[in-house]
Amino acid sequence: MAVESAVIEKLKEEFGTVIVETHRFRGDDTAVVSREKVIDVLTFLKQDTDMAFEFLMDVTAVDYLGQEPRFEVVYHLYSFARNRRVRIKTKVPEEDAVVDTASSVWKGADWFEREIYDMYGIRFAGHPDLRRILLYDEFEGHPLRKDYPLDLRQPTVPTREFPDPEKQVRRDIDEWRVRK
Amino acid sequence: MAVEDAVKDLEDRGFLTGFDKVLAWARKYSLWPLPFGTACCAIEFMAAVGTHYDISRYGWEVVRFSPRQADLMIVAGTVNYKIAPALRTVYDQMLEPKWVIAMGACATCGGFYNNYSVVQGVDRIIPVDVYVPGCPPKPEALIDGIFLVKEMIEKGTERTRDSWEEAVR
Repeated sequence: MAVESAVIEKLKEEFGTVIVETHRFRGDDTAVVSREKVIDVLTFLKQDTDMAFEFLMDVTAVDYLGQEPRFEVVYHLYSFARNRRVRIKTKVPEEDAVVDTASSVWKGADWFEREIYDMYGIRFAGHPDLRRILLYDEFEGHPLRKDYPLDLRQPTVPTREFPDPEKQVRRDIDEWRVRK
Repeated sequence: MAVEDAVKDLEDRGFLTGFDKVLAWARKYSLWPLPFGTACCAIEFMAAVGTHYDISRYGWEVVRFSPRQADLMIVAGTVNYKIAPALRTVYDQMLEPKWVIAMGACATCGGFYNNYSVVQGVDRIIPVDVYVPGCPPKPEALIDGIFLVKEMIEKGTERTRDSWEEAVR
């Protein structure tokens, strides 16, 4: 077991059982936080003078299809003042895929969360404008979910489909035989 | 004066040809390209227009960003389903006669983007005359592609656009 960093220790001290799990891999600190308290943890990390994680680098999500809970929302934070990073994760079940919005803490979370909603269908409670950001409004489903069909296409204009080249070759051979 | 004499007289002073051929001769050296640039191929297009490769040597340099003024559309880059209606509209707004070049792997067949968002070749939406391979193609390749369009114009190559458009609509 690696030595835990000051950030993780402080988090455990402050929040106790809210921190479900922590690990450290080659200097990367990760804390898994329970879903109800994730905004409290993020607010603490931003506002506490020892932590000073003033920059929300990224919010993203992961789909662990087949596991329970299915989704994970990941926050990457960076502190300019202390030059260090921390990763906060929270697990989200499929049937109730809602997390509180982080846009009340960092304005920049707004578009990250819209992208997660667009790609994974995870909703953010209290978000000012939760709608698709990259895909078009007519799109149905959420394409980065692991159970989204790989070959499903949702064209916005009529498209021409090409015949299957293998079938075309077979048809050509048949015609050639008939002619012969 | 007999007809033969009149023809002889004309041939002495010039030559006889068809009006279509004169038009084609004028058109092939004054293509006005419309760049539909969505990705890195557009950068190569800019290089082709710039001073080093300089497509104005052939009279094709008048790049127009209004489809109403252009007759050669160069689809340079990845086209996804979100922008596909815009591509179709821009194509429809161009006046006849018009030609389309699918520049690069993405515009030709989707390239390596075989996923939920990318059109697998713009020829599923609009008729394409010339495909330029490459990822992205070098400016020389694009110039070669425009030369193929030039050949189509001067030979009056018949195109099957009408039947194509019925298939799509």
